[in-house]
Amino acid sequence: MDKAFAARRRRDLIIAAVLAGLAALAPLLIKDVYVQNILILTLMYAALSQSWNILSGYCGQISLGHALYFGIGAYTTELLFTKFGVLPWFGMLAGGVIAAIIAMGLGYPFFRLRGHYFVIATIVIAEIGLLLFQNWEWAGAAMGITVPVRGDSWLKFQFMRSKLPYFYFALVLCSLAWFVTWWLEDSKWGFWWRAVKDNPEAAESLGVVVFNSKMGAAAVSAFLVAIGGAFYAQFLAYIDPESVMGFQFSLLMALPAVLGGIGTLWGPVLGAAILIPMTELTRSYIGGSGRGVDLIVYGALIVAISLALPRGLVSLFSRSKAKGATR
Amino acid sequence: MTALLETRGVWQRFGGLIANSDVSISVGRGEIVGLIGPNGAGKSTLFNLIAGVLPPTQGSIWFDGEDVTNMPAAERCQRGVGRTFQVGKSFETMTVIDNVIVGALVRNTVMREARRKAHKVLEFTGLAARADVLASDLVPAEKRRLEVARALATEPKLLLLDEVLTGLTPTEAQTGVALVRKVRDAGITVLMVEHVMEIVMPLVDRAIVLDLGKVLVEGKPSDVVRDPKVISAYLGDRHAVGA
Amino acid sequence: MGLLYGLIAVGLALIFGLMDVTNFAHGEFLMIAMYLSFFLFAFFAIDPLLSAPLVAAAMFVFGAVVYLLLVRFAMRAKANAGMVQIFTTFGLAIVMRGLAQYFFTPDYRSIPQSWLGGKTISVAGIFLPEPQLVGALVSIAAFAGLYLFVHRTDFGRALEATREDPGAVALVGIDKNRVFAFGWGLGAALVGLAGAIMAVFFYIYPDVGASFALIAYVTVALGGFGSVFGAFAGGIIVGLVEAVTALVLPPSLKSVGIYAVYLLVVFIRPRGLFGSM
Repeated sequence: MDKAFAARRRRDLIIAAVLAGLAALAPLLIKDVYVQNILILTLMYAALSQSWNILSGYCGQISLGHALYFGIGAYTTELLFTKFGVLPWFGMLAGGVIAAIIAMGLGYPFFRLRGHYFVIATIVIAEIGLLLFQNWEWAGAAMGITVPVRGDSWLKFQFMRSKLPYFYFALVLCSLAWFVTWWLEDSKWGFWWRAVKDNPEAAESLGVVVFNSKMGAAAVSAFLVAIGGAFYAQFLAYIDPESVMGFQFSLLMALPAVLGGIGTLWGPVLGAAILIPMTELTRSYIGGSGRGVDLIVYGALIVAISLALPRGLVSLFSRSKAKGATR
Repeated sequence: MTALLETRGVWQRFGGLIANSDVSISVGRGEIVGLIGPNGAGKSTLFNLIAGVLPPTQGSIWFDGEDVTNMPAAERCQRGVGRTFQVGKSFETMTVIDNVIVGALVRNTVMREARRKAHKVLEFTGLAARADVLASDLVPAEKRRLEVARALATEPKLLLLDEVLTGLTPTEAQTGVALVRKVRDAGITVLMVEHVMEIVMPLVDRAIVLDLGKVLVEGKPSDVVRDPKVISAYLGDRHAVGA
Repeated sequence: MGLLYGLIAVGLALIFGLMDVTNFAHGEFLMIAMYLSFFLFAFFAIDPLLSAPLVAAAMFVFGAVVYLLLVRFAMRAKANAGMVQIFTTFGLAIVMRGLAQYFFTPDYRSIPQSWLGGKTISVAGIFLPEPQLVGALVSIAAFAGLYLFVHRTDFGRALEATREDPGAVALVGIDKNRVFAFGWGLGAALVGLAGAIMAVFFYIYPDVGASFALIAYVTVALGGFGSVFGAFAGGIIVGLVEAVTALVLPPSLKSVGIYAVYLLVVFIRPRGLFGSM
């Protein structure tokens, strides 16, 4: 039994390595900048959703306010860079740490809340963040910050001529988020989180410190999302509150995980791989008219997938396996 | 040698309602003690106080020579208090083995050891064949077993069983009784709450009868069942239920 | 203003609070109601005040149909029921916005001339804008009606019982779907009422709902899920807080006060002011 389990873990790792390897080769075939752009965004949202999944999927604390951490990552990086000349790499780390600290600070009051009250609190806190940044003159208020162009360099993590460096960074980030999840899944934390999600009272009786579990999940989740935000800011070279802290980011982090399979290892990647290209393609091919057909198609697909596959797309793969196991 | 568990003058009030009044009981090492009483006697409340779900309004609780009155449940578990729930509270989206691993992680920080421990506990409780099944797919009797298995995986000194035998078919109850004996033989003290006397009496070394929040009688099961106070408390209850 | 939020929130209180179903398309219900009111005015010159009952009736049908065609199935999901509800209704919201853009174009519209628009009334020397006043009155009436309805009629009891234990309710012969479809219809009708009145003094565009939806959620949660009176109190508090914040902070920050009060309230009372769930 242990062997079967170990084999499954190893198989997941090998599949991930092969997928990452194939993805790394993709730019050799795909020269089209538009397609490359979609790939970068897909990888980024896969990474974000994977991070969101740690708190909301594994630990069961549904957050629709992760845009806050995304924005904090973006703003920390760009403020440090434009105001103090701190290299984005350090800004990125600083953003991650700040986001994790804020997540834990918010955790104190928030994790006492349950159900809808918790979800609404997360939405509200992100909205407060958004409004504060919109009114914070020093941080550019609603106008935002334009990242000064200093020429292509890895040191400054800035590339104008080619998008490939961003692509590889997004790939690394996505792989990292996946690997962290893979690693945590078979760890004390992973088990604690799932226990907390399913039944906090029973978890407590088995020695699980529920509050600490939630805090841990929040910190890891916020840290990774903030790294994503820092990346996005460098990638766009321009940020304003709405474009890095808007509610849509909170949703776009949750959606891939939900569609792919919430609380599963592969759900977020699978969900992002389908959802993000779909979003971009409907937007540019059907949405050009500005008449909302893209929204109709997009919304209808979300409705259809959530209703048809409540466990997410992952369940398409695991159903046959589960049958084999119970036999 | 001191008792493993002791409650000293414990009171619990919920608003105007007194659930436990001045309850002092003790459980010695290696005993199987039955905590019984009619509905509404305050058994579950006392049980929750001992498990650490909430602190008592007044009085103190001692475990293994230490005052644990205000210690949260998770910490008590680390000290060696394991419990089951009356209403099944398994981790429904996790497999049976994963449920038990959560318990095993209290004393094994290395995953491989926790997993090995969990498998051992499943063997012990007769659930080994169901290891990879989702907890939500178990039948009720198996869920009870899973509750016990999970608690055993925490390697408790004291196992608190909340009506694990109630509502089972006679055969299921028999296997349950055998399991409780096996647990005691493994050196674990057992305190079990049961509503129905017939099931527990042959099993326990000592019975404590609660009624209206107070300790009514305590002693050998054979003496307790013959005690007129117990009979009237239960008869009263029967009549009330029958009416 | 607070009573207007209350009016938007009251429909949500019914769906979200009393039936415990997440409806992320609530803002879009409002948007549709505003458009209905607008077109009734534009094509048939029916004043929004008169068309309000028509809009409410149309929205009733709409709400019931949404429940029967979509939400019913979302509630039946075997796994992750909460998430399925959130994203089914969220998907619906996007579709509705898309449809609104397609059919009504993204243009901002408004009702230029109406019986109420822009007029003020003087009460004891204080000038009150008429639409707001009417909105407030309708809001109070709607709350009172809903309160009586939920607490004094068989249907209200059936609704509550159905939420508590659908299985047991089925045993005594109540059809869960009929009860909930009616509840959704009623919730949507109340939003319809709100939409009709708001059409008078707000611009109407496909995304208009989003800006009110969050406030409505906050209002309901502030008062506490499961309580009609709570939603009403929530609406008043939200209105007052907004007015006070507007005096202290720049207008762009006016929502911060509302959000902060929500957080403060749930930290002290994790189930809202009057919540039972």
